[in-house]
Amino acid sequence: MALLEIRNVTRRFGSYTAVDNVSIDVEAGEFFTLLGPSGCGKTTLLRMIAGFDLPDSGQILLDGKDMVGIPPEKRPVHTVFQTYALFPHMTVADNIAFPLKMAGKAPQEIKKRVNELLERVHLPNFGNRFPHELSGGQKQRVAFARGLVNRPRLLLLDEPLGALDAKLREEMQIELINLQKEIGITFIFVTHAQDEALALSHRIAVMNRGNVEQIDEPSKIYSTPRNHFVADFIGKISVMNAAVMEAVPSHLKLAIEGLGEVTAPAREGVEVGDKGVLAIRPEQVRISHPSNESQLKNHFRGKVHDFLYVGDVTTYIVELVNGAYIEALLPNSAPGRAKFFEVDDEVTISWRHDAGIFLND
Amino acid sequence: MKEKQLARLLVSGPPLLFLIVFFVAPSLIMILTSFRFPGEFGGLAPITPPSEKAAGEYGFTPDAYQFFFSDFIYTEIFLKSFAVAFGTTLICLILAYPLALLIARSRKRLRNLMVLLVILPFASNFLIRIYAWMIILGPESALSHFVNTVLGAFGIAPVTLLFSPFAVLVGMVYVHLPFMVLPLYTNLEKHDPSLLDAAQDLGANAWQRFWRVTWPLSLPGVFSGSALVFIPVLGMFAVPDILGGTGDILIGNLIKDQFLGTRDWPFGSALSIMLTLAVLSVAGLTTWFARSATGQRAI
Repeated sequence: MALLEIRNVTRRFGSYTAVDNVSIDVEAGEFFTLLGPSGCGKTTLLRMIAGFDLPDSGQILLDGKDMVGIPPEKRPVHTVFQTYALFPHMTVADNIAFPLKMAGKAPQEIKKRVNELLERVHLPNFGNRFPHELSGGQKQRVAFARGLVNRPRLLLLDEPLGALDAKLREEMQIELINLQKEIGITFIFVTHAQDEALALSHRIAVMNRGNVEQIDEPSKIYSTPRNHFVADFIGKISVMNAAVMEAVPSHLKLAIEGLGEVTAPAREGVEVGDKGVLAIRPEQVRISHPSNESQLKNHFRGKVHDFLYVGDVTTYIVELVNGAYIEALLPNSAPGRAKFFEVDDEVTISWRHDAGIFLND
Repeated sequence: MKEKQLARLLVSGPPLLFLIVFFVAPSLIMILTSFRFPGEFGGLAPITPPSEKAAGEYGFTPDAYQFFFSDFIYTEIFLKSFAVAFGTTLICLILAYPLALLIARSRKRLRNLMVLLVILPFASNFLIRIYAWMIILGPESALSHFVNTVLGAFGIAPVTLLFSPFAVLVGMVYVHLPFMVLPLYTNLEKHDPSLLDAAQDLGANAWQRFWRVTWPLSLPGVFSGSALVFIPVLGMFAVPDILGGTGDILIGNLIKDQFLGTRDWPFGSALSIMLTLAVLSVAGLTTWFARSATGQRAI
């Protein structure tokens, strides 16, 4: 039995359906992420798990027990808020001690646990400080400590890294992974940042307009997105309209309008005549000089439309003969080399027959 | 550098001048007055005798202060005034807090309307509002009839509400309630609602959320509201004059009587200086207490 079972949960606000018949199981010890753009219903779902909101229909079960009618303060679920919500009139130690005091723990134990958590989040000498004396990253750590100290069954994290700058964010991501591993508490993490979701999670539920589009491990979400939305939302991807000409267990043959025939990996449930898109990641696309005839089956001529230098790699946007655009990634591993092609250069674009994925409309 | 100093002078000059003219100078005059002799027909006796043969007392004397301590009745009036001020402050706090909380947690548009209702009484004259209470508390009023009917049912003799310490307290609370509501509302309105969510999420019930989060965070508002009620109540003479009985005079009345009735200016000045000292020490103590109660956070 899963630790948390969300069964056919729906929540409406007037005529707007924020969460639409969602079912998710979260296993004990998992780092589970709800990922989606703002307004996709992930925060509403989180609030229902915490008890601040109730489903219009469906059930939320924790350890097999229906949570309906149990107020937030009685649920073994704690939340790390986006704004941290540290109590400004309490010291760091008092903030962390708060859930223990509310649970009526003995002063001796409270002291021990608070010190233990301060160590764990690398703030051993900060107990007597006030929140306004801390930096953003330190506040974040205190918020984690406060959420974890009373060992909830479930820790909910509502975009906790959103307010930090990029460098600190990466540091906190690593700390968060370690913290979760050491303490072993189940995390449900809400974010709209796909890179964060991929980096942190055991499993991700991609949400869109109140629906769950796909639940999978990060690598599967990235490599085999189930539909156009997931493909587009996670990482960069180029799409071309395609129709299925041949569907056999080993591969698919697709017709791309104005371009020709393409071989793509086989997919269950795809039949001849299906219409959809071929989606392909920039790092799977090779870009080369037209004089080097490509050995790969899928190769086409194109013209460099634009490029984007970001330091480690350069992304080339190539216009194909049919007018579609495709992105290709080229690492800048050669020293001093920032680009290999100029705008309007003629290039050859190619990709392996097992790269890319066909997605039905 | 010169320009900066000039700018500073221009900005802080006028308020400084205002304080010197309307606070420091009058205070000094009051201190001087309190050490002089009263004049024969009120006012002050001259410092130097007008002629060698002139009778009477001239020069400086601590008589006024000695007189204050010669009769315990004056100390008693002081203590009673402090008790009334304290009681008024406490009742105002108890009444104003839920109201301020209600306003702060209402929808934005409703909030402004409610604040308007709180300050609306200021639109009519202060004395008229106090006189209105004479009618409300008067012996023929519906309230008096109701109270005495209830008391009668328990076999208790009828009471008069008007011209009693009770009436004074009611008047004081009525007049000063907005001064408690507004600072409290201003404070409570700024509270981050996510703190209450966090407290609830971490296991605090409604009572604990109030005592551990809302109340301590509202202390600056509580202290400023209390100061705005306590200090004016101490000096108030109109309310006891109109609603109180003969025995209900407070320091305010006593001081007023020295200037307008008895015409003993030195004693009046001495009383008012002692009142100022008492208020300053209460304010100082409150500030110190507020600082230690709310941590290092700014008040």
